[in-house]
Amino acid sequence: MKRFLSLVAIVLAIAFVFVGCQQGPKALKVAVLAPLSGPVPTFGVSTRDGALLAIDEWNAKGGVLGMKITPIVEDSQCTPDPSVNAANKVINQDKVHYIIGEVCSKASIPISEIANAAKVIQISPTSTNPDVTFEKGATKPYIFRACFIDPFQGKVGANFAFNSLKAKKAFVMVDQGNAYVVGLAQNFESTFTGLGGKIIGKENYTSTDTDFSAILAKIKAAKPDVVYLPDYYPIVNLATKQAKEKGIITPFMGGDGWDSSDLDVKAADGGYYSNHYDASDPRPEVQNFLKAYGDKYKDKDGKAIVPDALATLAYDATNLLLQGIQNAGADNTDKVKAALEGITFNAVSGKVTFDAQHNPVKGAVMIHVKGGKKLFDSFVAP
Amino acid sequence: MPVKNDTMTATPVLVRRRRQPLAWVGNGFLILLALFAAYILVSNLIRSPIIFLQNILDGLKLGFVYALIALGYTMVYGIVKLINFAHGDVFMVGAFASFFAVAQYNLHKWPQMVFPGIPGGLSVVIGSLTVILLSMVVCTLLAVTIERVAYKPLRDAPRIAALITAIGVSFFLEFFGALQFVFSPRFIPYKSPFDTAAWYVQEGIHPIQSGQASPDNTISFSNIFLIILAASVLVQLFLQFLVRRTKIGIAMRATSFDKPTARLMGINVDRVISFTFAVGAAFAGLGGVLYAIAYQSIWTQLGILPGLKAFVAAVLGGIGSLPGAFVGALIMGQAESLTMSYISTPMRDAVAFTILIIVLLVRPTGIFGEPAGEKA
Repeated sequence: MKRFLSLVAIVLAIAFVFVGCQQGPKALKVAVLAPLSGPVPTFGVSTRDGALLAIDEWNAKGGVLGMKITPIVEDSQCTPDPSVNAANKVINQDKVHYIIGEVCSKASIPISEIANAAKVIQISPTSTNPDVTFEKGATKPYIFRACFIDPFQGKVGANFAFNSLKAKKAFVMVDQGNAYVVGLAQNFESTFTGLGGKIIGKENYTSTDTDFSAILAKIKAAKPDVVYLPDYYPIVNLATKQAKEKGIITPFMGGDGWDSSDLDVKAADGGYYSNHYDASDPRPEVQNFLKAYGDKYKDKDGKAIVPDALATLAYDATNLLLQGIQNAGADNTDKVKAALEGITFNAVSGKVTFDAQHNPVKGAVMIHVKGGKKLFDSFVAP
Repeated sequence: MPVKNDTMTATPVLVRRRRQPLAWVGNGFLILLALFAAYILVSNLIRSPIIFLQNILDGLKLGFVYALIALGYTMVYGIVKLINFAHGDVFMVGAFASFFAVAQYNLHKWPQMVFPGIPGGLSVVIGSLTVILLSMVVCTLLAVTIERVAYKPLRDAPRIAALITAIGVSFFLEFFGALQFVFSPRFIPYKSPFDTAAWYVQEGIHPIQSGQASPDNTISFSNIFLIILAASVLVQLFLQFLVRRTKIGIAMRATSFDKPTARLMGINVDRVISFTFAVGAAFAGLGGVLYAIAYQSIWTQLGILPGLKAFVAAVLGGIGSLPGAFVGALIMGQAESLTMSYISTPMRDAVAFTILIIVLLVRPTGIFGEPAGEKA
């Protein structure tokens, strides 16, 4: 019996070797690292869907440089360790040269170290922390991003608070463990105080906190004109709901981390956040993208899904990358890098050209949460 | 040989041992810590009594939820000497069960659908109670299943095996629940079976209208706080009655005191153990629903921290003792709330587990605990 089993095992092993040796037509592999699980799964799903839509559109037009594009999707969970594992896997095992990802800055930064060292091009669709592409005074040559960076976003928020909301006193809530939140809060503070406003309170919390009653009691006592809470939507949901229960009507403000279909619009009512695009923008790039996305992705009631900023930026990032490869004319990361540095592209989220730090020069929109809807408030030029 | 240890008295007697050198370092540190904590509390109380009172209220809210969970820990430990680390995840399953009942099946609306003429308030009450009962039933079934599958086969194994199994069950529940087809790993915004209403106290109790600010220097509380308070107190009274006045309660106490002898007395020990798990889990389920209504966001790892803090509460109060679990949980809730306000929010977990360390150093059997070594 034992001999028979070992014989079967050997036959199967040989069979697998032969099957594995099949070579298909040459395809271009592109990795998509998105947080499909973890703290911000809607971000991951939107990112993956936006990227895959772009890849499908290019494949329908014949692929890039005559090669079909094969996406390899990995779950990086918006957390450094799984992201590093995913990056190592796609670079070493799957031998990809192009990564679209990650969403969260704290995951993109470790990935960028690995990708840069391996000469793999990485375009992050939504990581806004400057350290993703620029560190210790030097731009990482193979790393790009498709969105604006935190200094700009924090500045936009502070300008809006001071000029449009006429706020003189602001209270800031910071999750010290999240590079995204810390970056935005710092930039908001420096711009706000530079304009003449005053930060009357700054409180820390952690990403697993559910009870904000102590911080909200302090906010109530301090009476600010605006509360800056630049965190992801799960925390925003909790904090704003508890604020409403405590009878705090101060408007809350935040960044693109608020943008999610899971944002509790009733709790966040009266709030503002800066974002990358808005669906009511009449430009043809936006409307065509909305239609294509809605045709491909339907929710569980069969209605077309309106893409959020993350899907949009993933779509833009993928298009930027594929256009860069097309312009470079070869599957060679040095040539693609040069092509991207010189590219001008009409993306859904605005016209994109890369500056010296591989960051696009782009504007932002302010969204107002009111009456259960997210309404376009204003556009801020770069 | 003269008996050195006097174990016949009711009060715990510390065994005299030779003073260790440098004992004053440890004791001095603890005393300094206590003085520092007292200073922070008293100075803040004097500075702003209203905020202090508000923190006490928030601490009670947390404390009573921890009490519901801690009861399960303490009862199970009392009976099988097992720290059931999966209890926090049963709490999480209770929250999810109620979420699905409300969001997908609209169970909280059934009185209105079956009896259309029923007054709105009564319908909400009956609907919510149904959702809570459903969660309690689901948690009970889950706990009994866990006990039969994971803990019963290890009843005669070394205790560490059962402990590791408990941790394993805990991880299983969390990450199996995180699979897409089960609960999904998202932070799900919870849909409550009834709306939260809030009041503030200033020369009488006034409701906080939505969209309006409450005046300064008032304390506020919400209806969920009152419900948590009432539920927890009722549960505690019910358990006291159960454990002291009913036959099954006496059987539980007997089994926890001496299992083989209880078997000899004709008690079906397996059924009593299952019943204990069931009761503990039912109240954890209740706690899960109330916690989810209070902090309207649920995810599969929701039960880790409250479960651990409830465990610390049970140890603080004396593990194996029901009033101890209740008192310990209230203390834990207050410690957390006051830390969040007067030190900083991220420190609250550090303080909670520091309490565990201090309890184990100073008085390992807890506040109400009985010293070990009583049996002949």
